[in-house]
Amino acid sequence: MKISLFIPCIVDQFAPQTAISTFKVLRKLGCDVDYPFEQTCCGQPAFNTGYHHEAKICAERFLKIFSKSNYIVAPSGSCVAMVKNFYEELDLSKETLSIYQYLKNNIFEFSDFLVNILKIENINAQFNAKVTYHDSCHLLRELKISNEPRKLIQNIKGIELINLNESDTCCGFGGTFSVKFPELSAAMTEEKVNNIEKSGADYVIANDVSCLLNIQGILKKRNSRIKILHIAELLALGM
Amino acid sequence: MNELDTKYFKKLVKEKLSDKSLRTIVKKATFHSLQKRNETIQNDISEKWEQLREKAYSIRKITIENWDYYFNQIKAKFSENGIDFFYAKNSSEVCDIVNNLLFSYKAKNIVKSKSMVTEEVGLNEYLEKFGFIVTETDLGEYIIQLANERPSHITAPALHKSRSEIGFLFSEKLNIDYTDAPEKLTDYARQILRKKFLNADVGISGANFLVAETGTIVIVENEGNARLTITLPKLHIVITSIEKIVPTLSDALILLRLLPVSSTGQKITSYVSFINKPEEEDNSSKNLKKIVVILLDNGRSKLISDKKLRSILYCIKCGACMNKCPVYQLIGGHAYGSVYPGPIGSILTPWLNSFKDSKDLAYGSSLCGACSEICPVKIDIHYQLLRIRKYSIEKKFSPFIEKIIFKIWLQIVKNYKIYNLLSNILCFLGPLFQETGLKIPVWSKYKYFPAPFEFSFHKWWQREVKTQEEYANV
Ligand code: SF4
Repeated sequence: MKISLFIPCIVDQFAPQTAISTFKVLRKLGCDVDYPFEQTCCGQPAFNTGYHHEAKICAERFLKIFSKSNYIVAPSGSCVAMVKNFYEELDLSKETLSIYQYLKNNIFEFSDFLVNILKIENINAQFNAKVTYHDSCHLLRELKISNEPRKLIQNIKGIELINLNESDTCCGFGGTFSVKFPELSAAMTEEKVNNIEKSGADYVIANDVSCLLNIQGILKKRNSRIKILHIAELLALGM
Repeated sequence: MNELDTKYFKKLVKEKLSDKSLRTIVKKATFHSLQKRNETIQNDISEKWEQLREKAYSIRKITIENWDYYFNQIKAKFSENGIDFFYAKNSSEVCDIVNNLLFSYKAKNIVKSKSMVTEEVGLNEYLEKFGFIVTETDLGEYIIQLANERPSHITAPALHKSRSEIGFLFSEKLNIDYTDAPEKLTDYARQILRKKFLNADVGISGANFLVAETGTIVIVENEGNARLTITLPKLHIVITSIEKIVPTLSDALILLRLLPVSSTGQKITSYVSFINKPEEEDNSSKNLKKIVVILLDNGRSKLISDKKLRSILYCIKCGACMNKCPVYQLIGGHAYGSVYPGPIGSILTPWLNSFKDSKDLAYGSSLCGACSEICPVKIDIHYQLLRIRKYSIEKKFSPFIEKIIFKIWLQIVKNYKIYNLLSNILCFLGPLFQETGLKIPVWSKYKYFPAPFEFSFHKWWQREVKTQEEYANV
C-alpha cells in the first residue's frame, strides 16, 4: 500500500522521533512510505488565530503537494482534522477544492489508519509499564477516534492501561490560546496533570505531540517522574 | 467585580483564576449537572440520544431558515388568540413598550420569573429608575437580586454562590438568623415571595418556545413561580427574543425532551406551562386578563440572514455548554462580562454588542469542541468561535505585532528551502537548551517549553532515506 507521510511542523522540529516511529511502524506493516519533501505546515496556526488569508495560501500549497497521494497518514489528530474538516472553512480555489474533495477522504490519523484501514490492532510490541491515555480534542471530536488507540495500546504485551479521569477534557494547549491566555491555559493543564498524577501511571500516551509537549510543560515544572509518549513511539518500541 | 463589560475579559479571567473557592463551587455545580445529565440520558431516555439531537437540530434549522414565514404565522395566531404582540428592534424599544404598558395599568409592583432577555435589555434597572418595584421570583434570580449581582449562568443564575454565602446574604438583607440549610432558606424566600405575588400588578416572564402553528407560549420551570407570575396579576408580559419560535407543538415536545435533560439532568421539569390565550377573569369574557408578547431582535435578524452564522440562533438556552466547558469551569460566568456567559455567550455576544469590545471572548477558548459535542441542537460552537476570529482579523482588530508575525511566518512556510534552513538552525541550537527548555515570554512563567530536537525529521529523511534508493539501511 502506497502512503504519503504528513509530518506536522511541530513534530518535524520538536519530536522527530515520533515521525521516525510512525515511518518505521508503517514500513513494518508493509506500507510503501513516501515523504513529500516540500511539505511544511498545514496552516493551522494562522487559521486558528483568524488569519484565513495566510491559512488559505498554506492549505492550497499543502493540497498541491499531496495531490498525487493515495493515502496520507499523519501522527496527529489535530493536523488531520485541520485538513479534513477545517479546510472546508477556507474558501479554496476551484482547482484546489477538487483536490480537497478527494484528499479529505484519504487522509488519516496514524491509529485510525492502522485499525480501520490496515485492520491491525495488534502489532506484537512489548512494553512493561503502566500507562494512561489522554484523548486529544480534535482526534476525539473532529475525527471521532477513541477506541482505536486504546485497542492498540491494550494489545501491547506487558502493558497496563489505566483509566484517566476526565480523559476527554482538553489539556489546555489550543495553540494561540496558550499564548493569549497563558494563565487560563496553564490552569487547564494543571487540572489535566493532577488527573494524570492521580492515575498512578508511569507514562501518559496521546496521539498528538502538541498536547504531549504541553502536558510535559507542567510535568517538568513539577519535577514529575511521569513521562510523555506518543502512540507511534510506543508501538515502535523495541523495533 | 461583576461588571457587564466584555472589555475586561482578560483581566477578569486572571482575577477569577486566583479565586480558588469560586473554582471549587463552579466545578462542583457543573459536575453535578453533567453527571445527572449523563445518568438520565443513559437510564431514562428511550430513544437514542444522538437521533433526538439530530431531530432537534433539523427543527431549529428549518425554523431559522424559514424564520420570516413562522414569524408571520405566529403574529397572526397571537392576534387570533387575543394576545397583543410587539416586535422590538432593540433594548430601548422593549423598555419603552413595557414602560407604557405599566403606566397604562397604573402598575407599581411587578413580579418577574426568569428571563435572560430582560437581562440583555437591562429591564430591572430601567424600571427601578421609574420607581417600579420589581421582584425576581425564581429563587436563584432572587438571590442574585438581593446580592445586587448578575446571573453567572443562564439556567442557574446563582451557581457561583456557596450555601453559606447565601445564608449570610439572607441573614443580612432579610434580617433573619443565619442558616445555610437550603430548606429553611427556600422557606424564607417563599414566604416573602408569596406576599409579592399577591400584591403584584403585573407579571413579566420569559418564554422557552413560541409555537407558530397555535400561538402557544411554552414556559419551563421548577419552582412554580413562573406559573404564579403568569396567572395572578392582571397583565402578563412575555419578553423573549425572536429566535424562540418553533413551527409546531410536536416540534416543541421534541425540544422539551432535550432541554431539561441538558440543563439539570431532569427528564422533565416540575412545571411546563402552555399558554394559548388570556384567561377570563371571574368567568365573564368581557373581563379578560391581558397577555402581551414582546420579541427582541437586537441584531438577531442580521444573524438569521447570514448562512454561516445563523446556527448560533438554534440555541435553546439549556446551559449545557457552560457546564461542560473547561474554561467556564475554571472562571465561572462573571469573568465573561457578558449577559450570556460560556461558549454560547462567546459566540453570541460579539454579534449583539460592540464586536470590537467582545471579540476577545472568542479567543478565550482552546477550541476543544466539548461545547459543540454536548449541545442538544448541535450548534457548531467552536466553528463559530473561529468565524469570529476570522472576522476580527478582517476588521483589522488584531495586534500589530501579531500581523507581522503571521506575515513572516507565511513567507517561511511557503518556501520549504527557507523553512528547512531555519529549522536546521533551530535544531542545531536545540541541544544547548535541552535542560532548561526555551524561555518563551509569558509561557515560561507557567510551563516548561521544550527545545527543538537536535535534527528535524526533514533532515533525518534526507540523511537516512532519501539518499537510499531502497530503504535498506533504515
Ligand atoms: S449553545 Fe447549545 S448547549 Fe449551549 S445553551 Fe445553547 S442549546 Fe444549550
